[in-house]
Amino acid sequence: MLYNEPHPLETKILTRRFGLENSASMDTYLATEGYQAFDKAAGMKPEQIIEEMKISNLRGRGGAGFPTGMKWSFVPRTSLKPKYIVVNADESEPGTCKDRLLMEYDPHQLIEGTLIAGLAVDAHAGYIYIRGEYRYLIEIVDKAIAEAYAHGYLGKNIRGTGFDFELYTHTGAGAYECGEESALLESLEGKRGIPRIRPPFPAVSGAFQSPTVLNNVETFCAVPPIIRDGGAAFAALGIPKAGGTKLTCLTGHVNRPGVYELKLGFPVKTMLEEVGGGILGGKKLKAFIPGGSSCPVLTAAECEGLTMDYDSMAKAKSMLGSGGVVVMDEDTCMVKAALRIMRFYAHESCGWCIPCREGTSWLRKLLQRFHDGMGQRSDIALIGDLAKNMLGKTFCPLGDAAALPTISIVEKFYHEFEDHLNGKPCPYEVGQTSRSARVLQDPRVAI
Amino acid sequence: MTFSSELENRFAKLLTIYPPGRQRSAVIPMLLYAQDEIGSVTPELIEEVARRTGATPLQVDEVIGYYSMLHKKPLGKYHIQICTNISCLLRGGMELWEHACEKVGVGHKEATADGQISLEEVECIGACSWAPAVQVNYDFHHFVTPEKLDRLLDGLRKIQ
Repeated sequence: MLYNEPHPLETKILTRRFGLENSASMDTYLATEGYQAFDKAAGMKPEQIIEEMKISNLRGRGGAGFPTGMKWSFVPRTSLKPKYIVVNADESEPGTCKDRLLMEYDPHQLIEGTLIAGLAVDAHAGYIYIRGEYRYLIEIVDKAIAEAYAHGYLGKNIRGTGFDFELYTHTGAGAYECGEESALLESLEGKRGIPRIRPPFPAVSGAFQSPTVLNNVETFCAVPPIIRDGGAAFAALGIPKAGGTKLTCLTGHVNRPGVYELKLGFPVKTMLEEVGGGILGGKKLKAFIPGGSSCPVLTAAECEGLTMDYDSMAKAKSMLGSGGVVVMDEDTCMVKAALRIMRFYAHESCGWCIPCREGTSWLRKLLQRFHDGMGQRSDIALIGDLAKNMLGKTFCPLGDAAALPTISIVEKFYHEFEDHLNGKPCPYEVGQTSRSARVLQDPRVAI
Repeated sequence: MTFSSELENRFAKLLTIYPPGRQRSAVIPMLLYAQDEIGSVTPELIEEVARRTGATPLQVDEVIGYYSMLHKKPLGKYHIQICTNISCLLRGGMELWEHACEKVGVGHKEATADGQISLEEVECIGACSWAPAVQVNYDFHHFVTPEKLDRLLDGLRKIQ
């Protein structure tokens, strides 16, 4: 059973097996061109595989959007250390629920992607780091891995090529920060997920201080189609400098929330109106987060003519991020949205860098006070200033992730902060239940 | 400490999948899998995981406070985790959380006196397109309404 109906405007490359009977099984995978890309890659030189990845214009799908082929090319092939492939399946960016489906419906595509990465950088072992909450996926992926071993697609001398590759799953235990590559590697070593100082980058010193290719699930899942059909074919699906498709999670106030595979460069308005079926209850759009709660918020006016791709979003001063689209209708209180987002980052800050640890907690308290109707006019500027003081001052992007949406909300919805002044309760929740006034009191942290 | 044979097998495998001398990597998976079986992370479990992985008990202990799924206090047999993060908030996650607190009569990370049900307000659990979302232990429930939650809770009470 699928979570949502596919939409005719989708371009189904990575999700082509979704909805097939036993789509996660080896039989279905083999019957639908499965593992053909591995056979092809095994006959290619490693440099050719990396070149094909570069031609595909695939950019990392976890959020940062770094060109994948280039990332792989940084691994020193001549290093005497063992090399590793690590799959980031710690999907936890609020608004994002796509990697879950890729592993649930098509785990062999992910396995094949890691195998090809292994061929490209001469790695012989890989780990799939799956967030702890996704326990059912660990069972699905473990089963697929066992099938791959049984069919000779994992283990020693794979398909007679002389190439060895071992693949394992590894569970996280609940930490957003572990989705950050260096924190994930710390966690994989059994430690607290504290980010590492870079350089050296994981390509040179990653898992177990060895050269490591670390990519998001969706990035690895794009590898088999790229190698099978050629990098140029994948690049042609998207736009210049951003090839292929992006799994996009429509969430919030839309009529048809769901995960849809759309070409890069897909128009935002078509995505919201056609694919998402318009705003819930026929209301108007107020704001929109393009790729998870770390991205600057865009207004309805900014969505005009905007397309879903890295450069277009950068031009609009936001980010494509992870593809977690959060849609907010005209009745949404943006102070409340800012507060809820900040509450998340304050909870998830690992505490390593002071600007992030102190900044997120302070901002959470300020926003809480504001939403409760006890804010002062000077606080509005203070919220913006505090957030700006976190930007670029932390070892990992969590500080920026907390600051960027906050800065954008203060700038673009300044009047909503003003509307909360002078001891009023939240003016956007008039007529709602009395609960909503204390709705965001965090039970976990004493204020 | 002894565990079920299933868990012992899992532990045995875990200790082989990391490079030689890197068995500390198994600490977090071992703690989580063992917690599922015995209910919480006990001082004995910390000692046992340290012994089996070659880590020090302090190295094991220090990760527990960091990972939100690990807990030293036992929770309910059915642990209800309600997401109120942004996508769920927009679809009524907070009202669902408040409803659950009233209905069950306990708060965040608290369990009922009979130890059957506990509640937790959680951050994004990766079900944003099917919000509001709830996890009961590891099972996902999507598009949860207060009525649907009531039925779910009544069902859990009956299983007891």
